[in-house]
Amino acid sequence: MPRQRPEERIKNFQEVALGYSAREAREEAKRCLSCSPPPCKEGCPVEIDIPGFISYIKEERFASSLKILWNKNSLPAVCGRVCPQETQCEAWCILGKKGEPLAIGKLERFVADWGRSQSAKIKIQKSKFRTIKVAVIGSGPAGLTTAADLANSGYRVTIFESLHLPGGVLRYGIPGFRLPKRVLDFEIEGIKGLGVEIQTNMLIGKVLTLKDLFQQGYKAIFIGTGAGLPWFLGIPGENLNGIYSANEFLTRVNLMGADRFPEYDTPVQKGRRVAAIGGGNVAFDAARVARRLGAEEVTITYRRSEKEMPARREEIEHAKEEGIRMKLLAQPTRFLGDEKGWVRGMECIRMRLGEIDESGRRRALPIEGSQFIMEVDTVVVAIGQGPNPLLPSYTRGLETAPKGHILVDEDGATSILGVFAGGDIIPGEPTVIDAMGQGKRAARAIDRYLQRAGGK
Amino acid sequence: MYRIVVKKRLAPEITLFEVEAPLIASRALAGQFIILRIDERGERIPLTIYEADGTQGRITIIFQEVGKTTKKLSRLRVGDSLLDLLGPLGRPTTIEKYGELVAIGGGIGIVPLVPITKALKEAGNGITTILGARTKELVILEKEMRDLSQEIYITTDDGSYGEKGLVTDVLERLIGQKEGMDRVLAIGPLIMMKEVCEITKREKIPTMVSLNTIMVDGTGMCGSCRARVGEENRFVCVHGPEFLGEEVDFDELLVRERRFQREERIALERYEEELKSAHAQAEARGED
Repeated sequence: MPRQRPEERIKNFQEVALGYSAREAREEAKRCLSCSPPPCKEGCPVEIDIPGFISYIKEERFASSLKILWNKNSLPAVCGRVCPQETQCEAWCILGKKGEPLAIGKLERFVADWGRSQSAKIKIQKSKFRTIKVAVIGSGPAGLTTAADLANSGYRVTIFESLHLPGGVLRYGIPGFRLPKRVLDFEIEGIKGLGVEIQTNMLIGKVLTLKDLFQQGYKAIFIGTGAGLPWFLGIPGENLNGIYSANEFLTRVNLMGADRFPEYDTPVQKGRRVAAIGGGNVAFDAARVARRLGAEEVTITYRRSEKEMPARREEIEHAKEEGIRMKLLAQPTRFLGDEKGWVRGMECIRMRLGEIDESGRRRALPIEGSQFIMEVDTVVVAIGQGPNPLLPSYTRGLETAPKGHILVDEDGATSILGVFAGGDIIPGEPTVIDAMGQGKRAARAIDRYLQRAGGK
Repeated sequence: MYRIVVKKRLAPEITLFEVEAPLIASRALAGQFIILRIDERGERIPLTIYEADGTQGRITIIFQEVGKTTKKLSRLRVGDSLLDLLGPLGRPTTIEKYGELVAIGGGIGIVPLVPITKALKEAGNGITTILGARTKELVILEKEMRDLSQEIYITTDDGSYGEKGLVTDVLERLIGQKEGMDRVLAIGPLIMMKEVCEITKREKIPTMVSLNTIMVDGTGMCGSCRARVGEENRFVCVHGPEFLGEEVDFDELLVRERRFQREERIALERYEEELKSAHAQAEARGED
């Protein structure tokens, strides 16, 4: 797939990968063996009929192809871009045994982008229209999927979003060069087209409680409030100026437009020497945003080696092409500031890899006396985040795990009758597509629950 | 949505708005705040809910022009609407009967002081008030505080009203004179709260302060507002805005408050230039 050249793209926030042309898509689709049963489908958390949508690409019947995608997935342009297909559908592809697996993700993106170019709209299945109200809290991947599936089943769905724009992590977390905001906007509009109402600036738990929602006539509630609690390292100097959580750094740019300051009012420090701490996609997103803001030297600091990094290989490669450095096997131990309180240095200790730990990766162990100092003026802490504690803390009877995740059964049902949950607010660290799979599961369970409860 | 229905100038560069926000108005409690955004390119800023009228479905906010956003906000008129308004945010003040309470407000910090003091008075606390400002015309909401207080003291930096000096001068004096000061509530500039807390810590009088740090989402998601309180990093937006003053690391906050000073200046200068050129164009067209 053609891509923007690294020396060009570090100067803009445009998309890195440019997408297939119709001819390229057709050629790639032709490689599909149309296996029966298709193993790739096993690797798809939202159960897309993969050979089905691909066979229509072969025939250039893109509208039919899109219909198959929409059958299971209301966010195909998002998924085609941000899903880790290499560990999901594409990992199951028979072609991958001998050579390159079929580029299922890129084909999904192609079809979805084609749909956008045609302003295609998902059809509403009006025959099943019901008047039962369901509330969805949070408009990230889990919430949007739940809402879309429930709307397709005929429910009247309202999504409550605390920020001023919908999309959750797709909006504030993932930068435009991986997921352009117009792509996200189009798919959210599509979901609204199904009859889903989205109320922004609504912080459930504070503005309205779950009890209020039930009193307002919502018969079931889905909680998809995400991982809205940034973790910090807890080391000296972490509150020095110039040190951001990844959530803050990325929200300033992705949601608030700080890359366009002063045209936009929200500022962010551009930094000269930037360190992003962590080895996940978020650390890479932050590093690559910093590069595009104009930082001269951007380094990713990670306590394990490249092999253990949870980030997608593609993102790691893109980052390297963009001149982002890696300081591997290094763990920050404290930050050093100047007399005005700005971060100027980061002391790290070298690490070595030990035994395999409970995460299945080799444990990182400090090498005593190996401290060294990196010169930095901006630091982004991207070591992960916990579940947003706000809603659980204001909701009596909602059982949570020790780390604050909402506990659910195999259907996504919580300890409160009629309340379901999915995405980053429940245990596990789901990707976007896992969260969508959980949304799908919950939508099904909500439908069953409401049918049992006497709605029809 | 969020239409401005009343606008009042309380002092030079201090404006009051009543805004239509029925849901927020029906829920807000003393000590809580909102986050607003004026327009598509605007930043999110937190402001105290000064008053919430559930019956009329309005909240009142009062703000001082300190940067581009607040300057721009002050130019909105009755009938204009805010683009976004989120709230009520933060934990409400814990209202208890403590006994004799000293309420100290500095500058725009008098705004949150009023509703909190009012709730504390209703809970049966005796109120002594100390208000401080740079100069006479910046002493706002004096009448409101006077109505709640047994005694009220006013200080100005330039001596143009009340006594010349700082709120801490009065506090020291009161500590010398008064029996039984059970609690202090101090809201104002960081440096004022810091100095109040140094005195009350020495005197072992529990002191509540309300922090106003730089926020983005206001829901505990970004950590921009973090403050060192005791041994912990706390998020002002969800854990606060009120904290026990003796535990707050004010020195760190004084530094963190300046994080975007440079950018704030750039934005403000640019905005003032825009206003000037717009004004010049209007004049050239022969308008006002």
